[in-house]
Amino acid sequence: MKFKTLVIVSMLLAIGLFAFAGPLKIAFVFVGPINDNGWTQAHYEGGVVAVKKAFGDKVQITYIENVPEGAPSLNVLNSLASRGFKLIYATSFGYMNQMVQSAKSHPNTIYEMCAGYKLAPNLGEYFGRMYEPRFLSGLIAGAMTKTNKIGFVAAYAIPEVIRGIDAFTLGVRAVNPKATVHVVWTYSWYDPPVEKEAALSLINSGCDVIAQHQDSPAAVQAAESKGVYAIGYDSPNMGRFGPHAYLTAPIWHWDAFYVPNVKSVLDGTWKSESYWGGMKDGVVGLAPMSKLVPDGVKKLVNAMADEIKSGDFHVFEGPIYDQNGKLRVPAGKIMSDSELLSIQWFVKGVVGKIPKK
Amino acid sequence: MRLKIERRKNDPTKLSIFLMSVLSVLISLAILGLIILSLGKNPINAYVQLTSWPFGTVAGLTQTLISMMPLLFTSLGVLIAFKMKLWNIGAEGQFYMGAFAATWGALFLFKGISSPWLMLPLLAAFAAGFGGAWGAAAGWMKAKLGVNEILSTLMLNYIAIYWVNYLVYGPWKGKGSYNFPITATFPKAAILPQYTSDGLNLGIFLAIATSFFVFYLLKRTKFGFHMDIVGDNPIAAKYSGINVKKMTIAVLAISGAISGLGGMMQMSGVLFRLQPNFSPGYGYTAIIVAWLARLNPFVAIAVAFLFGGLLVGTQQIQLFLQIPFSLVSVFEGLVLFSLISGEALLRYKISFKGVRT
Repeated sequence: MKFKTLVIVSMLLAIGLFAFAGPLKIAFVFVGPINDNGWTQAHYEGGVVAVKKAFGDKVQITYIENVPEGAPSLNVLNSLASRGFKLIYATSFGYMNQMVQSAKSHPNTIYEMCAGYKLAPNLGEYFGRMYEPRFLSGLIAGAMTKTNKIGFVAAYAIPEVIRGIDAFTLGVRAVNPKATVHVVWTYSWYDPPVEKEAALSLINSGCDVIAQHQDSPAAVQAAESKGVYAIGYDSPNMGRFGPHAYLTAPIWHWDAFYVPNVKSVLDGTWKSESYWGGMKDGVVGLAPMSKLVPDGVKKLVNAMADEIKSGDFHVFEGPIYDQNGKLRVPAGKIMSDSELLSIQWFVKGVVGKIPKK
Repeated sequence: MRLKIERRKNDPTKLSIFLMSVLSVLISLAILGLIILSLGKNPINAYVQLTSWPFGTVAGLTQTLISMMPLLFTSLGVLIAFKMKLWNIGAEGQFYMGAFAATWGALFLFKGISSPWLMLPLLAAFAAGFGGAWGAAAGWMKAKLGVNEILSTLMLNYIAIYWVNYLVYGPWKGKGSYNFPITATFPKAAILPQYTSDGLNLGIFLAIATSFFVFYLLKRTKFGFHMDIVGDNPIAAKYSGINVKKMTIAVLAISGAISGLGGMMQMSGVLFRLQPNFSPGYGYTAIIVAWLARLNPFVAIAVAFLFGGLLVGTQQIQLFLQIPFSLVSVFEGLVLFSLISGEALLRYKISFKGVRT
């Protein structure tokens, strides 16, 4: 009995020593594989790789791939916190409630939640104004379409995705008021066969540009196989999957968030907040446009990008009409961040339904 | 050369069965090590990760017990059916139906009830009822129409899973979820007592209590005695006046009810909200657990504990060695495969003989 107690005590001591002495232990919880050429890879490169490069021995980083969203993630989060990880990043909306639950029971661990909206003293939120480069990619799609039908393969009808489709459509209609954007839901962030089928169904119904809010390049591949244009997402790597289709992609530069954020934890200046960086902060941007995009369009897009960065132009500035023609944002008014973060309606020009409760 | 398979003269002893079971697990672990080695990782390190945290620390043991709970319920469920040689592989679907019933009760039907003393038993009964109906449906089809229960229970799994998907993607989608497929959170009255901040709850003890109930039912009641007779020889049972058809329906109903109860415990004890894919296949792992336990409800406690720990341990392997998540399924498959081969080797002798012409 005595011996057992001794063993347990020494084990606890060992755990304690590891927890307080060594480098800052950081863990990333990923929804897909790190080589998805999309969402997770962007987090891996901007997070794991860039942070390791910036801080070297001061940090010890691990990551876990393909963690299912929701319930099953709680085990993973609790394990990480109990095993001495002091900073945990979770990179998908579906982890939010488990992050809140785990943060509550592990007050000495810092949690950072990507794309959620709940805060706690040891839980921060971070995301990017992806709608800005999405608007820019919309300008290109609107200029390139011949059939005036543009397809959009979308994951879940949550504000993040709806906001992106709306911004994209505003861009499309800014250069081509006749064009419409057709939405198909896949109900999954990462499911390449389903993403591909969704893209093919859009192409078969006459869409000649395919945009997406998905984590894999499957839609780009589908566009390539059918000889239509594609706009990727997340990472410029998607271009490799459609040399004759790929135009550009709204992409993430996550290092612009992760490196300063880790630094604030190392310096002891971290505090719980909602980070929502835009193009001017460098966390989001438009990937280099491919040679399929004509020079005139490139010039327009670059000019608009500068306007967005300088703050002279705001994507969600009125007048904006919804799908049914109702004026939602009057002329001169800009939608507030909280309105954008909870948006549940499509702008005029989107063909598709937001599933109702 | 000629392969000759003969039945052994003596039935295998308890000791040989036990040794064979242990050996199957060890062989599976060894093959798992080879796979890990082929991925270029250190298998010894993997074994340490697999076992040290889930079985050697308080926080890890807590996770192990939490993972064990749904496994134990579902394995007790299938165990009862297997005892009468009814191959119920529908525990997954019965578990889903229990979770469905618990959610229906907690969020809609009994929403007004504020006393957990009333709410929790109601939910348990409701969930057992739905799980039981799911089992009984397969029993009825077998008794009245002669439908093979392996097929019907398997098919019913898909119906249950898609039914839950339909609800959470559609009418049951929670208000705060912004269109993400997840229900609202259970009210306080529908949540099982929690003993630690990281989720140790009453469900685990109820699962163990259920083992005692199952043991009593099998060994100390006339019903259990009749089950033995029907399982051994249905024709003899029929001539001795046992209503085999009625027994079939009843046993599958009880089997389903226990798995359904497990679904409720998982919702009220661990998850608190329904969403797609909330089970990582507990109902299928349960089959292996029941089989390894030789259909003994007490041994099932130990085996479920072991497998709960392995579920947690494989997460650790993934975290610290970055090995794919699907390794869990590979391991479970290996165990089942070596068990079945071991079983055959215990009962049959294989010898090679020269071909005589």
